[in-house]
Amino acid sequence: MDALLLSRIQFAFTIGFHILWPTFSIGIACYVACLSGLWWRTQRTVYRDLMRFWSRIFAMGFGMGVITGVVLSYEIGTNWAGYSRAVSNVIGPLFMYEVLTAFFLEAGFIGIMLFGEGRVSRGVHFFACCMVALGTLFSATWIIATNSWMQTPAGAVADAQGIFHVTDWWQVIFTPSFPYRLMHMVCASFLTGAFVVAGVSAFHLWQRRHLRTARTAFSMAMWAALVLAPAQIMIGDMHGRNTLEYQPTKLAAMEGLWDTGKGVPAVLFAWPDMDEARNRFAVEVPHLASLYLTHSWDGEVQGLKAVPASDRPYVPIVFFAFRIMAGIGIALLATAITGLVLRLRGRLYETRWFQTVAMAVTPLGFVAVIAGWTVTEAGRQPFVVYGLMRTADAVAPVSAGAVSATLIAFFLIYNVLLLTFFWFGARTVLKGPEGEPAHEAWRARPGPDRSAVGLATNPSLQTPQSGFQPAPGE
Amino acid sequence: MDLPLLFALVAAGAVVIYVLADGFDLGVGILFLFAPRDADRDMMMASVEPVWDGNETWLVMGGTLLLAAFPAAYYVLLPALYLPVVFMLFALIGRGIAFAFRLQTVRFRVVWDVVFAGGSALAVFCQGLILGGLIGGIPMQDGMYAGGAFSCLTFLGVLCGAGLVGGYALLGAGWLIWKTDGATQVFAREIAHAALILTMGMMVLVSGWTALTEPEVARRWFEGWHLLYLAPIPLLTLGVAAGLWKSLWSEWEVGPFLLAIALFLLGFSGLVISLWPYVVPWQVTLWDGASDPQTLGFAVFGVVLVLPMVLAYQAHAYWVFRGKTRHLDAYGTQ
Repeated sequence: MDALLLSRIQFAFTIGFHILWPTFSIGIACYVACLSGLWWRTQRTVYRDLMRFWSRIFAMGFGMGVITGVVLSYEIGTNWAGYSRAVSNVIGPLFMYEVLTAFFLEAGFIGIMLFGEGRVSRGVHFFACCMVALGTLFSATWIIATNSWMQTPAGAVADAQGIFHVTDWWQVIFTPSFPYRLMHMVCASFLTGAFVVAGVSAFHLWQRRHLRTARTAFSMAMWAALVLAPAQIMIGDMHGRNTLEYQPTKLAAMEGLWDTGKGVPAVLFAWPDMDEARNRFAVEVPHLASLYLTHSWDGEVQGLKAVPASDRPYVPIVFFAFRIMAGIGIALLATAITGLVLRLRGRLYETRWFQTVAMAVTPLGFVAVIAGWTVTEAGRQPFVVYGLMRTADAVAPVSAGAVSATLIAFFLIYNVLLLTFFWFGARTVLKGPEGEPAHEAWRARPGPDRSAVGLATNPSLQTPQSGFQPAPGE
Repeated sequence: MDLPLLFALVAAGAVVIYVLADGFDLGVGILFLFAPRDADRDMMMASVEPVWDGNETWLVMGGTLLLAAFPAAYYVLLPALYLPVVFMLFALIGRGIAFAFRLQTVRFRVVWDVVFAGGSALAVFCQGLILGGLIGGIPMQDGMYAGGAFSCLTFLGVLCGAGLVGGYALLGAGWLIWKTDGATQVFAREIAHAALILTMGMMVLVSGWTALTEPEVARRWFEGWHLLYLAPIPLLTLGVAAGLWKSLWSEWEVGPFLLAIALFLLGFSGLVISLWPYVVPWQVTLWDGASDPQTLGFAVFGVVLVLPMVLAYQAHAYWVFRGKTRHLDAYGTQ
């Protein structure tokens, strides 16, 4: 394999792994901020216990996001020097603003969010949580602006050497696909977060432990899912129609549509054959694709054959990833509606089979996010800047041997990271969100007179933290 | 207004802040396994836990600032320094994850101790390799890097790596003397001596080796009367080192940390004198390597309006966790 293909695999792997954590952080940061605010205003300890529990889990996911994100900010240079040379005038400031407005905001307040409870007032803690949540949203905004510029470039022109120069910053940031992509990603993060909270709470309900916190969290998560799941499907529909207008080839690959036509069918299943430029084993519903893409029975949709074969993406990846994403969206909507039905019948917290369902769908949001990004990134190929710059011209002058070595190392390290996260995440979940009174006793004002001697008697340091403890008071 | 010059100053400032801020928390990591007791390690990690993330963000800031303001440096230097850069990132991953997980386990805590210390040391050593490769010059052709995967790995880089390990350990020890007390502080005072000796030894070796092997650097320091004007830098360095040695057992607890910072600033000014005004040494100056005026013009708002706010709330985060470190300030003890 050459350095180009290896670099593509490495970047796809590292960014695909990374996107799991921002998805998680965006959703959970907002949830923790919400809990901190509720604890501050209502004084109900259930919110405090949930806040502490979820900020422990958030800390792990956030850490994973930070360290895997640092990698990306350098990988664009190490592996994609041709790309950064061509587009640095455009995307450079966007990345810089991401660091300035988002990463520093998160980093500046995460310490207070995680460790500051005894040192600052509840109001200040709530403020810090909001700043962290806002940071995750700012970060998403800038990075989606950059990605959207690569999908639907505007506001910049390339010179004879292929270097892009900005003519209008407003157009660079607010490209045609930006608002839809941003809404789709943020809503996906909230939805995924809601189902993570629902899954963990369902596990506690299923175990019949931590019932007080689990009920509150489960209820909050199912309300959120009920709003977010249909919203996400609506946003996805808008995003799809935007893609039809600005990236018709990608949309044709998503739909498995080879010939331009009116009243085109929706392909439920097929094997897109790249060599013969047709679908095998196709199962189709007539007119349906025209109906949902153009909202008219006989609307025209452009097919893949409208562009030469060298300008088409690898269709099967885009085609199947899109079906996975859309299928999961429908499954999550069905789960949210089932939750509503059970709630109206007053059986939301007691229905055992539904708890199993809620646990089972927990990872699906992440799968859908990966699938969705696969659709949009693989569907943009063979271009790195859609229609203007080819991925083959973006690669850096690095040797295939060096990239192979780092790719193997990334693969091993990231898998160990994931296992470690699951290990400690599972332990935290098993331990549950019960309040820890030791914490309150250690509320001391900051000052220079404290000595470390007394710390040896801190009970929380001497008790070995076993994973599974029977919860008191149940 | 000379925007490339302004951004060069900002980039230099970001590098200095990164080296000093992440320097002390990486240094605490380097010293980690040398500490005699687990209680010391708990205290050491707790002392940097609330701030390390903000410190490391300056590394990302440096990368994106290069991409935004001096893309030539970004797309030439990073492929040239591919292996040390990526291995630095691996090392930072290891130590970063140790923050999140070390306190969650008892049986395997020693594994995380090794990951944290090893990751910190490896990351710093890779930064030294990067610095050495930078001073040694980067082969270029048609505006792109034109060397192999290992051309950046030099003897000078190894010297720089050892020097940075010593220097960061010194910063870390200074931080611990300031932020801890009792046995942990005594340990920090003791190990700071070794760190100071390593740092000074390597500073001398790196300076000498560079002067011998890089004619451009030698010309700047020794041609004509240059050395006379520049003499204050090495002399001050020696003075600061002597003061630092004396301060290690003094009552002035913040002294070693401040003097270690001074030592780094002097070393950095020596580096600037040697490399100015190149962003890719001996190939691309900061004016040739700068991005478009309209790009710098857009980015300058962030530097002028947002950066002061960033500095303010970073300072606030340090203020909230002022005073001696308590065990409360740690993951897993909430």
